[in-house]
Amino acid sequence: MGGFSYHRRSKQIIATFSGFEADLLRSLASQLVELLRNEVAAPAESDDPLEALLDFSGPTTEPEDPVLKRLFPSAYGDDEEAAGEFRRFTEGGLRDGKARAASTIIDALEEAGLPPELDEDGLVIDVELSIADAEAWMRSFTDIRLALATRLGVEEGDEDFWDSLPEDDPAGQVYGIYQWVGILQETIVDALWAAS
Amino acid sequence: MSAPSPVELDEPEVDDLVAPSTPWVTIVWNDPVNLMSYVTFVFQKYFGYSKKKSEKLMMEVHNDGKSAVSSGSREEMERDVQAMHEYGLWATLEKQD
Repeated sequence: MGGFSYHRRSKQIIATFSGFEADLLRSLASQLVELLRNEVAAPAESDDPLEALLDFSGPTTEPEDPVLKRLFPSAYGDDEEAAGEFRRFTEGGLRDGKARAASTIIDALEEAGLPPELDEDGLVIDVELSIADAEAWMRSFTDIRLALATRLGVEEGDEDFWDSLPEDDPAGQVYGIYQWVGILQETIVDALWAAS
Repeated sequence: MSAPSPVELDEPEVDDLVAPSTPWVTIVWNDPVNLMSYVTFVFQKYFGYSKKKSEKLMMEVHNDGKSAVSSGSREEMERDVQAMHEYGLWATLEKQD
């Protein structure tokens, strides 16, 4: 698994995944989309259709889910009112952008031949991404890693702890996936440097 | 359609809120997740900083726990913070001391 590289002649960023890897990436991206659309960003639905159409307001309080709290952090450390205003105007758009980026991963994998249900061995998925799509993948890898790390409780310099877990420990397995997405992200950043 | 008519311009007014000292800053905070290469890439891509400057700011975030990565009006800093959140970086804005 060599990750991503920049293909000079086609000006594309390319990677090859096994069916299992592609299926795993799709599952992670899908979970992210679901989470982003789950806890609704708009505060309340109005019965008045005109009012509903004119309602540009988003939420003003921090999301409850710790992952969403990390994806949409407070913009003002010590000013709750200003933080609420900022959130009202930005969170909806940020959620849409992150959901769109995750969908780019799902779409590209399926266009490259990943079937709805993975049921064959030896499947190879060759992904070819434009620079813009590669940047969307790169941003979404960040969101996926932030989500996994928040659920796991990853902290600075705790690599030894995760490495010490027995092989069949589910948290250790999830940490392995987190590290794998990190390696993919590292190679996509390198490929984007090479392309620029 | 009407022809443009000459407009008398007043003396430019200096808005007290937008002082030349650019009193707001965007702070990026360290987190255990984001990769050093990625953070450098984001600073170069979004702010248009050189790779050297981007790496210096990234190292500040990494070693000092935070770094002021841009300064300007409050509105500009809100835009920068929003962009950092788009990239998954933990950013806040505050008034410069």
